[in-house]
Amino acid sequence: MKAVITVTGKDTVGIIASVSAVCAKDGANICEITQSVLSEYFAMIMLAELDGLNIPFSDFVDELTALGREKGLDIHTMHEDIFNTMHHI
Amino acid sequence: MLNTQDILETINMIREENLDIRTITMGISLYDCISEDADRLCQRVYDKITTRAEHLVEVGENISKQYGVPIVNKRVSITPASLIGGNLSPDGYLKLAHTLQRAAETVGINFIGGFSALVHKGYTDSARNLISVIPQALAETEMVCSSVNVATTKAGINMDAVAEMGHVIKQCAELTADRECIGAAKLVVFANVPEDNPFMAGAFHGVGEPETVINVGVSGPGVVCSAIKRAGDCNLTEIAEVIKKTAFKITRVGQLVASEAASRLNTPFGIVDLSLAPTPAIGDSVAHILEAIGLEHCGSHGTTATLAMLNDAVKKGGVMASSHVGGLSGAFIPVSEDAGMIDAVAAGHLSIEKLEAMTAVCSVGLDMIAIPGDTPDEVISGIIADEISIGVANTKTTAVRLIPVIGKGVGESVNFGGLLGYAPIIPLNTGSPAKFIHRGGRIPAPIHSLKN
Repeated sequence: MKAVITVTGKDTVGIIASVSAVCAKDGANICEITQSVLSEYFAMIMLAELDGLNIPFSDFVDELTALGREKGLDIHTMHEDIFNTMHHI
Repeated sequence: MLNTQDILETINMIREENLDIRTITMGISLYDCISEDADRLCQRVYDKITTRAEHLVEVGENISKQYGVPIVNKRVSITPASLIGGNLSPDGYLKLAHTLQRAAETVGINFIGGFSALVHKGYTDSARNLISVIPQALAETEMVCSSVNVATTKAGINMDAVAEMGHVIKQCAELTADRECIGAAKLVVFANVPEDNPFMAGAFHGVGEPETVINVGVSGPGVVCSAIKRAGDCNLTEIAEVIKKTAFKITRVGQLVASEAASRLNTPFGIVDLSLAPTPAIGDSVAHILEAIGLEHCGSHGTTATLAMLNDAVKKGGVMASSHVGGLSGAFIPVSEDAGMIDAVAAGHLSIEKLEAMTAVCSVGLDMIAIPGDTPDEVISGIIADEISIGVANTKTTAVRLIPVIGKGVGESVNFGGLLGYAPIIPLNTGSPAKFIHRGGRIPAPIHSLKN
């Protein structure tokens, strides 16, 4: 299974590093990253493969949400199926 | 492959436009709990509900987290209690209501529906006993919901039941007068009641349903409203397309959640109910959709046509998105639960007569409407008879959920709090239908040819 991690907020140093660090620690393999910065506003979408996840998915979600809170970012971690079912027939 | 636009659209729907799954409702058959002894019946009912629905709330919360979409309610619906009560006395039915409350508390759900009776052609003794204690049962419990089906298109309208329900609704309000008359908000009077409705207060587990089943109700008026606003200045053909596409996306989320919940709970998937269910929150209103399409305010001339189009487009979009569709499926127009409806009633733009007309083209009926506390029972029965006859004549579900606000009149309001919202008291036509109501008997089933 894959998860889509979206990160939005004010641009600072080390956003990708901190999100990637959580992924690496928990065993999530990052497959794809797209990111853009628009006048200090940072937006990133990350696709991560979770087959090797070493903690329950819900804990992984909580860790990333907590990281977002700490850094003043909005981080959502959602199973890719919600996007697939909504936007593909 | 996922594209950025789709991902941002989904997140925006959830974060900004109040997209949520309104309810996961587990239907549980209680036929195997039948016993001639009230205590044994109650024990079996308690055991069955707490066993079958043991993991419902936990699974709902896990799915919510996995997909990042809120699941607002987890509920249970049961076989209509009058069908399993057998020889229960009124006291026995009260005991059963308390048992349902206890079971609901144990499994941690929000509501339990099915303290219900089906009397569209006539009363059984069991149904009569159950209906006699509805006001007390709803006053003494918090989560138990009740419904009574008084008519079907095939059987006609049981006017004895219509007359009685006017009185029962009033009693429900009187017994909970110190709690904003909340008892009446947990009771629905139906015509052509659906057997797989996941929404309260009218949910029950119908006679043709399997042992247990998972039904899901979606929401999303805010998403539809935003899509219409984004569409800008286009014609109604295009608006209908926008609504259909949006309803498709909303329903796909419902289908995903429903099949996931069914698989995790090892329970068959029943239906997705394609309803636009509003809440009192800003940006979650069906009335605001009608206004976004082009009405100055909900209730103005053109409202019925707009609602008919909305309702039809929601179904067309939703049907394609789900493998099984059922329940009430359509736009809900509860007054107290919809910020736009509340404003329209408070400003005098929306009358009960217009609401009645609107129910002819959308799902459900006269829902969560506060009426003056001194309304005679017969007038309440008259409102029920009118609304029910719309359902019977048009072969659709209609329902009545009125709250007579004891001690208050037109110009005042009642606040239920939470999802039930708040409602200004609506003025009624005060002419008395007493003679008509007291005639009793049955209004025969309508003819279905010679249509005009």
